[in-house]
Amino acid sequence: MWIDPSRPAERALVTHGHADHARSGHGTVWATPETLAIMALRYGTEMGTPMSYGSGFEAGGVKISFHPAGHVLGSAQILLEHAGERVVVTGDYKRRADPTCELFEPVPCDVLITEATFGLPVFTHPPIEGEIAKLLESREANREGCVVVGAYALGKAQRVIAELRRAGYHEPIYIHGAMQKMCDLYEAHGIALGELVIATGLPKAALRGALIVAPPSALNDRWARRLPDPVTAMASGWMRVRQRARQKNIELPLVISDHADWNELTETLLELRPAETWITHGRTDALGRWCDLHQLKARALDLVGREDEDEG
Amino acid sequence: MERFAALIDGLVYTRSRDTKVRLIADYLRDTPDPDRGWALAALAGTLSIATVKNTAIRAMADERFDPALFRMSRDYVGDTAETVALLWDQLPHLPGTRPPTLGEVVDLLNNASRARAPSLLAELMDRLDANGRYALLKLASGGMRVGISARLAKTAFAQSFSLSVDDVEEVWHALRPPYTELFAWGEGKTERPDPSKTAFFRPFMLAHPLDDVTVDLADFAAEWKWDGIRIQIASTGSETRLFSRGGDEVSGAFPEIAAAFDGVGVVDGELLVRGEVQGGEAASFNALQQRLGRKTVTPAMQAEYPVFVRLYDILFDGEDDLRAQPWHRRRSQLEAFVASLDPVRFDLSGIIEARDFEHLAEIRGGSRDAAIEGVMLKRRDAPYLAGRKVGLWYKWKREPLVADCVMMYAQRGSGKRSSYYSDYTFGCWSEDGSLLPVGKAYSGFSDEELKWLDRFVRNNTVARFGPVREVEKSLVLEVAFDAVHESKRHKSGIAMRFPRISRLRRDKPADEADRVDTLKAMIG
Repeated sequence: MWIDPSRPAERALVTHGHADHARSGHGTVWATPETLAIMALRYGTEMGTPMSYGSGFEAGGVKISFHPAGHVLGSAQILLEHAGERVVVTGDYKRRADPTCELFEPVPCDVLITEATFGLPVFTHPPIEGEIAKLLESREANREGCVVVGAYALGKAQRVIAELRRAGYHEPIYIHGAMQKMCDLYEAHGIALGELVIATGLPKAALRGALIVAPPSALNDRWARRLPDPVTAMASGWMRVRQRARQKNIELPLVISDHADWNELTETLLELRPAETWITHGRTDALGRWCDLHQLKARALDLVGREDEDEG
Repeated sequence: MERFAALIDGLVYTRSRDTKVRLIADYLRDTPDPDRGWALAALAGTLSIATVKNTAIRAMADERFDPALFRMSRDYVGDTAETVALLWDQLPHLPGTRPPTLGEVVDLLNNASRARAPSLLAELMDRLDANGRYALLKLASGGMRVGISARLAKTAFAQSFSLSVDDVEEVWHALRPPYTELFAWGEGKTERPDPSKTAFFRPFMLAHPLDDVTVDLADFAAEWKWDGIRIQIASTGSETRLFSRGGDEVSGAFPEIAAAFDGVGVVDGELLVRGEVQGGEAASFNALQQRLGRKTVTPAMQAEYPVFVRLYDILFDGEDDLRAQPWHRRRSQLEAFVASLDPVRFDLSGIIEARDFEHLAEIRGGSRDAAIEGVMLKRRDAPYLAGRKVGLWYKWKREPLVADCVMMYAQRGSGKRSSYYSDYTFGCWSEDGSLLPVGKAYSGFSDEELKWLDRFVRNNTVARFGPVREVEKSLVLEVAFDAVHESKRHKSGIAMRFPRISRLRRDKPADEADRVDTLKAMIG
């Protein structure tokens, strides 16, 4: 039995629906109902056993249960219990409130297998309210043009939309056509996103003053050329580093991430104080160094196939 | 400081040149002296705070952060100043102290001793927010890296006060930060500053590469392009100063030249090394480069590589401004001028006599003198104009040499390329079948190729040494370079001049790459 296997496996436990964790072609899948729905949407009919948060099953003497990770809709940590020993695999996680998914639940354990995507002390994500306010200001200042926000089609896009609504923005939000199905899926799971309009195919004039959400890949693509004087924004934890934003030709960097920042990663370790920490992907060396400085036993697992340098 | 920080922030994320110019112009118009002058200096690259170097910033960081975590962060971010500005968020915040003004920052740092600078810098950091800290560190360490050239900063200044940028350029190098006289002139309070009594830099006239065009030698004169250091000599009679390409004063590095120059005027030429060593021109070029960075040089250094200036052009003869004159007039004036100078230190760059363009191509192809970099073509009726003007001067470099090399190591780039593995060390095969490094290159490839190379490095890493990755020796890079010279510092015994990646040879097996001996045969 594998967790987030990177190639087809007979039996797979899947933490969440992002493509580098949920691959297609597995035999049997255990995942939350939301993750299974996302996989079904992406890969067609996907066989799976739904596991709601807190519920579990036993396999080969190991008790396996799923717990909220706060990353995206349906994201889970996986707890393995055997002979009194507890191992938690966080998958990707964050600790902040997010209107589109359940809040992360700290699960006491002996071994914590953690991500470290933003495992460098330069990464602190500011409160999302300020970033959303920047986005709305920019939209206000560009009524003659438009603002286009690059955001992952699964999770980030819906979170940005839901946060805009929470900030009192009730005008239609324009989305890239490729996002529609995922937004519908979120709506079907009770996440209200307000009025969404497909931007793809609309004439330039119809998009003046619009706020548009699109996958990051669309920003420098032909698709974006038809937009009226767009200000290019990007919602990503990487936007904290100026030169990264410049590399991607971003004019309005929004530091919005669905991953734990440095403080969340380290505070989680201090809160759980596992006997051992294994670091799966991201900046493994820096988080390992921090563990050394705090007398926490840690080791880095060099996992292949994780998109450690991509959008987060 | 907040307004300056906001300006820097705006510039970092603005792509359009016009918008950048507008942002700077607005700032310069609405900000009081001396802050705006310091800002202008920072953008134009003329502000230097001697007490603060990157080492001081690193020392300050090491006091507050774990050095290993700092190094890893720096390696990722690719920029020391930005790394420290970001890390500072991890420190406890002081309750609202007043942020310093830009003028205060510059005064405090300029008056601080080298020992006091790091702690002073830290105190200033504590008084600023994240944007302010970034701007402070960028300001203090010199390189703003916001995609602004000195020319663009001057253009913005000119635009904010409706002046012509050429008029600004003309007096720019005679003035010093914080440019109060410049702003007074801009606001119409005074006349344009008159620097004629001082020896100051006039912008060089530069050439475009000659790409697939031919010119008529009836309109263009041809001369050799020498492989040394372009230099300008300005003298009022009582004061003689030397300037490099960017207008930096280098008089101290070449005192024998300044001392020997006994004319009055401004001339343009190439600094070269005379005698035997001229045969191994690249070694002499390196010697020149080493001297360029020095404030003073020893008599031993002067004796080892005797330098002289080969003159190309004359801008001022006495107080006569000749720049509006056509090239052929300036040329005869220059010939007369050189005749009165010390022939040991000054000579004239000769004109190449060719029947026509084909004949010139033949002469260029046959030139074996290692000190020649190529041919210059200058329009006979062209005035001497600042910068690179279309159709007046062309440089026609010799064809580059190429070799197929194997990538050995890769390192992350800085700035815009931080996080990409963009600096490559490559090698050629030795007698005993091992690979020896022969050079390092970080240019020549497209953005698409960079992405591919970055992925190649990540997927083929065999060992890591800090920021450096050793890769599987499987990728052949075609490397172009201007020359090869002997080098005792390299295990391969050779070093390349201006190596750059000309092609990725994914089709070629690594064992078919070139041998070190092949490169040695190119030493010329």
